[in-house]
This record gives sequence, structure tokens and C-alpha cells, in this order.
Amino acid sequence: MTRFTSTERYIVSSELALAVNAAVTLEKPLLIKGEPGTGKTRLAEELAASLGTNLLRWHIKSTTKAQQGLYEYDAVSRLRDSQLGSDKVHDIGNYIKPGKLWDAFSAVKRPVLLIDEIDKADIEFPNDLLHELDQMEFHVYETGEQVVAQQRPIVIITSNNEKELPDAFLRRCFFHYIRFPDESTLADIVRVHFPTIRKDLLSQALEVFFELRDVPNLKKKPSTSELLDWLKLLLAESISPADLKEKQSNGGLMPMFGALLKNEQDVELVEKLAFMTRRQGR
Amino acid sequence: MLIQFFLKVRDYGVPASITELLDLLGALESQIVFADIEAFYSLARLTLVKDETYYDRFDRAFADYFEGVNEVDIAQSIPAEWLERSLQRQLSEEEKAKLQSLGGLEALLDQFRERLAEQQKRHAGGNKWIGTGGTSPFGAYGFHPEGIRIGQEGSNARRAVKVWDKREFKDLDSDEELNNRTIKLALRKLRRFARTGAATELDLSETIRATSRQGGLLDLRYQPERHNAVKVLILFDVGGSMDDYIYECQQLFAAVRSEFKHLEFFYFHNCIYEGVWKTNQRRQQEQFSVFDLLHTYGSDYKLILVGDATMGPYEIAYPGGSVEHWNEEPGQVWLERLLDQYPKAIWLNPQPQAHWRYYHSIDMIRQIMHGRMFPLTVHGITDAIEQL
Repeated sequence: MTRFTSTERYIVSSELALAVNAAVTLEKPLLIKGEPGTGKTRLAEELAASLGTNLLRWHIKSTTKAQQGLYEYDAVSRLRDSQLGSDKVHDIGNYIKPGKLWDAFSAVKRPVLLIDEIDKADIEFPNDLLHELDQMEFHVYETGEQVVAQQRPIVIITSNNEKELPDAFLRRCFFHYIRFPDESTLADIVRVHFPTIRKDLLSQALEVFFELRDVPNLKKKPSTSELLDWLKLLLAESISPADLKEKQSNGGLMPMFGALLKNEQDVELVEKLAFMTRRQGR
Repeated sequence: MLIQFFLKVRDYGVPASITELLDLLGALESQIVFADIEAFYSLARLTLVKDETYYDRFDRAFADYFEGVNEVDIAQSIPAEWLERSLQRQLSEEEKAKLQSLGGLEALLDQFRERLAEQQKRHAGGNKWIGTGGTSPFGAYGFHPEGIRIGQEGSNARRAVKVWDKREFKDLDSDEELNNRTIKLALRKLRRFARTGAATELDLSETIRATSRQGGLLDLRYQPERHNAVKVLILFDVGGSMDDYIYECQQLFAAVRSEFKHLEFFYFHNCIYEGVWKTNQRRQQEQFSVFDLLHTYGSDYKLILVGDATMGPYEIAYPGGSVEHWNEEPGQVWLERLLDQYPKAIWLNPQPQAHWRYYHSIDMIRQIMHGRMFPLTVHGITDAIEQL
């Protein structure tokens, strides 16, 4: 079996690589938590790419029901068809739409199933999936069919910690918390995305970035994805590291701050701080 | 078999179960990691710990267990009398007396080992308070007779313990879900179902009615789903006299958090003044103004105050009465502002109800709350919920 490691496009820590490999080998769902923008969803994409298999995404919303992941029975269109006298109506199977789990169970090659942001759903949602994820099978009541997984799909579950997940569900998963990367890892990540970036610009930008993350009271701390967006803008506008440094030491908002700060109160706060450093500098 | 290790992890309060231990053993069997302590650490954490708030406890348990393993070897390789003599040479009369009271050298040595383990934990935590980061803890202490300085070691360890004990201000939400079903059941009464949002559910009776009106031609009607639309705002008193009730508050908090979708919580100290806060570590920097609170959360929120209301009466009635800062307006004014905005409000008091009459301040708060103060018991919560 090939082991999952960092690729040219995605940097994983050794801990995360181990977590993924353990989950793949032991056929357990892997629950990933971490700050928004630390690459939780990207992980599933990269894993599927590195295994050369399909990625099935199941994005969870507040209205998502566990049943929708298994299958949906469209009683309404069947009723309609019966009024119109369609022949389809005699086979109930025509009105059963397989969900993501069904797709994953019936896939020929062992797929990666991403259950994205499971905490968005109702509190009971994870409990409703216990048996399905454990035994990898479920029953279709309308047709009496039993759907059993051909091979256990690799299940990656992400959560943003909006709700606590039930214990019984957690017991069945492996758990990994993606920590915010430190400066050197972050530099590696940036180099993966912008191979041609100048060293001085990168280090200056990282300095500004970490300083910003340390500002207390920020509503939304900028994370990796924001940093990448910001760097892209800096490169596009060809802003020099000297400009960046000058702004930083003189106390002004960093150029293109809109990519980093997503909240007008945050912008105001940073402006205020900048004003204060300017005054002290005088 | 790792049973000892597993028990140690549980001792430290990580809720790991046998299933998880079997997972870990299974993972080891499939040789995902081999003879690599760091990889083993990651793997054990991956399988046994299911929430990042437990990472710290797991780290401590891990360090404790594996230091224990190392320590046995080293402790045995040192002649006991050799240690003993060097100890006594360095002990003052006072310490010797203390030594006796601790139950002799044997006990002290045990304690010494314990502290050694503690020291290792600190290292693992990255707090290099001994100042010799990078070297092994045993090297740092030095087992050369002159190197053992029990007095110094003791005080250092005490300081460490103090850092540990700092957790008294830790956020309640980082603590475990205590699975108190009774509280949850009591809270369950606080449900106001409302149909809001997109119409996704088939409204059967309306569909039948509409269909028959059309003479049998299918006419589908939908309605929005039912949700628990209740909104709850909780303010917790932390620190000081509330420390005795931390356990009860944790239980309540865990239950509340899993029960309500629209839940906001803040902390205060003793009485409400102009600011409340969300995280206790940064209570000074990250204060949230009560005016903002009043303006942010509409009056359809139900307000639950949790506190023992045990304080000096001046903390409620006079400006400048707060024990922590100078407050321009008395706590009473702030409380009344809150009550004006949130007519549905209650105060839960963890103090046993029988003691209430001994505290003048409890009486005052009760008056301000118009008697809506309830003890923090399952029964009290049930009564309180009825008030909401």
C-alpha cells in the first residue's frame, strides 16, 4: 500500500500523514478538526488524488438529514406519474435516488468519501449514521434491498467545532486536530503554492501575518487560505518587501488588507493599533 | 498490552473506552508504526483522544507514564544510602523536621519521584522553567550527590503546581460533557417549536385538502420544518466563591450546550457591571460591553444568570463597589438594564437553598430578580424553566 505523504501541492505534517495512513489501513472514519482555512477539505482532495481514486463529497448543511446520504424516495413524483399514467410507476426503484453513501458503497474502486462540516447538521445527525459507518451497510425499506459496501470506503469527516459530536459517534472515528502551522511549515506551504516568490518578500509577509494573528480581539483570525490569497494579491500588484516593511514599521494597514481581514470591526481595530504605534514612534 | 498506559490516560481524565484501546492495539498490530516513540505518541493520541481539549491531559498522562518507565531503571541504579546521605547533608533542621512529618525519607523519595515526573511534564509542555532545556530531566537535576538540591527542587515544583492550579479560571466549555441526562431532560422542556425557514416538508393534510378541492388533481402543499427556536443567553459567574461549584456549573454548561442551537454565553465576576467576557484567560483584554450585549441579542432571548450571588452588598448597590475595578454605576443598575431587555430571565444559584437567608446579597439579588432565583438542582432547573 502506498503511504500518503506531502505532495508538490499539499504539505502534510507527519502526524497528519500517520493519522490518514492509520485510518486507511484500519478502515476507520477519520474526523478532522481545526481552524477554518487549515486545509481540512483539501486533505480529502489530495488523498483521493494520491490514491488515484474518486472523491465523493457530501456537504452537510443545517437541513441535511442522514437519510439523504443513504437514499431518497421521491414519493411525490411517483404520485404525479401515477396520475399521468406513466409506466415507470410500477417499479418503485425508479423513484429511489441513491445518496452519497450508497454511491460510495457501490463504487468499483475504493473511493474517498468526504463528509464535510458535519457539525453544521442537526445534533442527532451523527447518531443516525452510526450503524451505516460502522457496518458499512443499510437497508432500503421501499424495495427491501440490502446495500452492503463492496469495500469499505475511506471516510474523511471534517468539523468546525460548532457543535459537540456525540460520544458514540466519536468512539467509531479516529480523531486528528490540525494545528495552525508554525512559521517554517507555513513557509513550506507558501512555496508549494508560489514557487517563484522572493525570499525577502515571503519572510516579510509572514512576519506581518503572524503579527496580525497575535492581535487580541480579532473576530476572525486570518488563516492559511487567507495568507495565500493575500500573497497572490501582493504578487499581482508586485508590491516590494520594502513597501511592506515600511508600512509595518510606520504603522499603517498592510497593503491589500481586505484579503486578510474579513470584518470591518477587525479593520478598525488594526487601524487603531497602527495609529497607536505611529504615535509611539514619533 | 498497554493496559497500564490506558488506565493512566483515563486517570488523567481522558474519556477513552475499551473500543478505542482495541483500535490502538489493532493499529499497532498492523504495524503502522514500529519502534518509534513519537509515532506511537501520535497514534495513541489519534485513537484514544477524540477532542482537542483533551490533548493537554493526554500529553500529561503520556509523559507521566513513560517517565515512570524510565524512572524505575534510574532510581534502582542509584544506591539508596548514597542518596540518603546526600539528602541529609543538604537539609536544614527545618526541612528535616518536615521530612519526619512527611513520613520519613521513603515517602519523601516517592514524592521526589513524583515531582520528577511533574518536571518532565513541564518539559513536554515546553515550559523550560528549570533553565536547562534540551537536556534530559535527570541530567537537569543531576544525580551527582552535590547536584540534588531538594529545597530548590521543592519550591520549583510548588511553583509548577501553582501554574497547574491556575486552571481554576479555565473555561467551562473546555471541560467534559458529563452526560447528565437529568439536566438535559429538565432543559428539554425549554423548547418552543416553530416552523421557520424554507418549506421542505410535505404538508399532508393541506395537500389532501387542496387535492380534493381540485377534484382529485394532485396539488402539493409544503410547509417549513419544525425547529427548536428558543434562544438562550447564559451569563456565568466565575472565580472567587464560585470555585466550589465548578462541577455543577460544568454539568449545566455541558447539558445546555448540547441542547440549544441559539446559545450565547458570557462570564462575569460576582455581579454584572459594564463588561462581560467570553474567555477567562483574556478577561482583561477581551471585554464585551454589556450595552453591546443588550443591542446584539434581541429581547426574544431568554436570560439565565448562574452565580452564587454571595458578595458584599456594596458590590450590588454602590458605584465603585466591584472587587476588581472601579465601576461607574452600581451592579443593580446593570442588572435592571438586563431585566428590562430580557423579561424572561432567571437566576440559578448553586448555593444550597437552605443557606440563602444567611447572605444579605442573595436577598438583594432575589429582590432585583423579582424572586426568580432557583437552586442549581434538577428540581430547581425544572421550576426555573417553567418561569421562562
